[in-house]
Amino acid sequence: MKPRFLLVLLALATLPALAHAQQAARLRVPYTIDTLPNGLTLIVHEDHSVPIVTTNVWFHVGSGDEKPGRTGFAHLFEHLMFMGSEHAPYPQFDRLLEAAGASNNGSTTEDRTNYYEFGPSSSLRLMLWLEADRLGWLLPTMDKPKVDLQRDVVKNERREGIENQPYGMVRDVQPGLMYPAGHPYSWPVIGSMADLSAASVEDVKDFFRRYYAPNNATLVVAGDVKADEVRALVREYFGEIARGPAIERPLPASFTVRDTAVTLEDRVQLARLYLNWHSVKRTAADAPALQVAAYVLAGSRTGRLTQSLVYDGEIATTVQAYSDAKRLDGDFGVVATARPGLALDTLQTVIDQQLQRLAADGPTVRELEQARNAIEASFLRSIQTVSGKADQLNEYYYERGDPDGFQDDLDRLRAVSAADIQRVVRTYLQAPRVTISVVPQGKPALAATMKKVTP
Amino acid sequence: MIRRMLALALLAPCLAQAQAAFDRAKPPTLPASPALVLPTVTSSRLVNGIALRVVPQHEVPLVQVTMTVAGGSRLDGSQPGLASFTARMLTESAGGKDANALQSELAFLGATLSAGTTWDAFVVSLNVPRRSLGAALDLMADVVQRPAFATADVRRQRALRAAAILQRRDQPNALATLAHNSILFPAGHPYHASPDGDSASTARLDSAGLRAFYARAFVPSRAKFFVIGDIEPAEATTLIGARFGRWSAAAQPIAMPVITVMPRVNAANTVFLIDKPGAAQSVISIGAPGVSRFSPDYAALVVMNTLLGESFSSRLNSNLRETKGYTYGISSFFDWSPLPGAFRIGTGVRTDVTDSSLIEIFREVKSLQESLVDPTELARGKAYVALAVPGEFETNGDIARQLVELDAFGLPLTSVSEFIARVNAVTAGDVQRVARKYLPANRATIVVVGDLAQIRAGITALKLGPITELDAASVGR
Repeated sequence: MKPRFLLVLLALATLPALAHAQQAARLRVPYTIDTLPNGLTLIVHEDHSVPIVTTNVWFHVGSGDEKPGRTGFAHLFEHLMFMGSEHAPYPQFDRLLEAAGASNNGSTTEDRTNYYEFGPSSSLRLMLWLEADRLGWLLPTMDKPKVDLQRDVVKNERREGIENQPYGMVRDVQPGLMYPAGHPYSWPVIGSMADLSAASVEDVKDFFRRYYAPNNATLVVAGDVKADEVRALVREYFGEIARGPAIERPLPASFTVRDTAVTLEDRVQLARLYLNWHSVKRTAADAPALQVAAYVLAGSRTGRLTQSLVYDGEIATTVQAYSDAKRLDGDFGVVATARPGLALDTLQTVIDQQLQRLAADGPTVRELEQARNAIEASFLRSIQTVSGKADQLNEYYYERGDPDGFQDDLDRLRAVSAADIQRVVRTYLQAPRVTISVVPQGKPALAATMKKVTP
Repeated sequence: MIRRMLALALLAPCLAQAQAAFDRAKPPTLPASPALVLPTVTSSRLVNGIALRVVPQHEVPLVQVTMTVAGGSRLDGSQPGLASFTARMLTESAGGKDANALQSELAFLGATLSAGTTWDAFVVSLNVPRRSLGAALDLMADVVQRPAFATADVRRQRALRAAAILQRRDQPNALATLAHNSILFPAGHPYHASPDGDSASTARLDSAGLRAFYARAFVPSRAKFFVIGDIEPAEATTLIGARFGRWSAAAQPIAMPVITVMPRVNAANTVFLIDKPGAAQSVISIGAPGVSRFSPDYAALVVMNTLLGESFSSRLNSNLRETKGYTYGISSFFDWSPLPGAFRIGTGVRTDVTDSSLIEIFREVKSLQESLVDPTELARGKAYVALAVPGEFETNGDIARQLVELDAFGLPLTSVSEFIARVNAVTAGDVQRVARKYLPANRATIVVVGDLAQIRAGITALKLGPITELDAASVGR
């Protein structure tokens, strides 16, 4: 056990400031961390301002770990974690929490699966008992009817998010266009209908034994709790759960994106253009500059693409830019919706002009400062809640083996220079890309043509 | 077992004694739930009479300033969307600054400032780091008191809104909501039209009309401020007073409309179908007139609705999602808007089980009416509502939302404690009584948006009631 009591948070005092930041206190979310003999890592953050508590478990497994022919499995498994365990058979998980005034949920990404509960501080023991039971005793009650039922529920989730969602089909095809076959990010998290149909109880058991072990999990408890008490309870509830096998994750081979253009017809009124570039993973040196570049392009009313496409040019109704830097790799996207009847090439040309300008001249001092301040303020708002802090502690721990990445992230953001922006635009955004056009049915002429762009 | 105890003894010596009786087979006994400690609200008035409520919260150096102006979309009159568009235009050019300069300055300060409407109020919301509060309030004062409604800004935003209205036709949920409100609240009722208006009303928006409406709708006599965060009441009063204390009405306020049209009460279930050819799911919306928040049945209705369709374990979700696998989720809710709003059950279901889903939904509604809920279920529903309250006061924004919501009904914050007491007093008989009185088992307005070629026959065979087909382009006009 290595307790790490740190300075009390609230360097929030430095908030946007940042421009003229005096030597401010460092941003800290104080925590203790230790690891049980079975490998479960426990992080506790005390915040006594409101009598609430959250538990937040990250399993280091996501859709990227799925086998061929079983896409969507990690997320389907997440659903099965709520279907009862030996001492808390279905439907006790939800019912007991609700009876204690608490709510719960979970989510799956390419990289990880998280599970969280939120409720009055009095519900802490119940949360821990339930989490321990489904980590240690899930399989005795697992059967085909549970898998069949949640398979149906997940297929409905897919219908809601993809088949019945305007432009939803993009989420289905984009991963496979951006990443080479076999890459962990080359299929959608939700999976295909065929693969969901193929998932079996045996798959569930194998997956559980391989990935749902204490040594592949981190538990954050945050809120109106005493760290000592939490540590004792967690040992009591989780201590006898056996360690699982060590997990090896081969790093995917490096690759380059080739210029690709795809057109999809959908039941939509307005055509929409998606441009996607291969970028970098979240911990890479260029990740903060890409985040700032996204803000400069379309993060505010004065964003360059927002101005040129929506306000000055009046050729688009909306435009977004985002940097999606994940654990192993990343991509950068621009999404712009055309005004009624306009062809997407009109938008594409303006986007390329703006990228060219940003690469050539860089952002102004004011643009850069606004971007850094706004991103920083938004980050600080995201950790106003115990839930936000708990998830962030888990994310940092998985990413860097240390839950305290708060100030480092702000420092990295603050260090981004105009030259960095020019460099990342040239390196990543004036490079081969995947162009997806979604056009109203019967209007393929509105689609963007493939453009080869070199700096 | 012994190995575990040894391990515990090594790692946490005091625990073995304290928890010797641990039995994994039983859920842990929980301590008493924490007492609700409500934030302290300081009330005052600016010299021009504007009410100010301040809640100091010094945990994080952020301040939330929410201003409400009673009225909102209820004042739209014959031009749906007028109020919400007026609010949208406030954060364009104002106080001699063009929209870009204004937005750039806000972002530079790390502030967010938005203006919008509910059906019953305008809401302007500022969230800002403590150190930038004064500068951000200057901008908020410009936005509230000196909006330009510049011709070029209006023309651009009008085009963007027209496009957004066009896109509603793509979205089955949007179509269901539009249809539902227009049917449940007949023409003349303030909740009849979409707060965003329609294509025709949007085309009529212009600078002159907006200025005239703003002058009569956005008036200080209907304004209130809610300030929550890293600030003391005296300082908040000074800062807000300096910028809003001399704000005076430019024109006679628009009279609050007298409500003469009542929500539609069906004699029997009535079905409306909207075609979305090829849809993978059907969106179902089942509704009825809602209930006044001032009803003595309010707490019982909240508990009943929690059991019917609000919580994950609710009967509708347990049945349609967790037993049948028809949907990803289903929920029911009362819209407690002041007039009041509607009751609705909403879900998206697989196309081939649309009729079966309707059967199951009505089965659950009738079940709550026909038999008493058991004590465990009742206790769970009550706890889920009452014990969750402290968590609804976590951030400055949460506290502001609570204050604003209560204020719409003239209720003080202390009424939250009374509400909890009322929830704890709800009986199984109360749940059954309010289910019988308010849930639409036989008089529902049922809207289904889906692939009619696939679902029409099944719905017709249910003989729920008269069926009318609506045109998507007309509903989303």
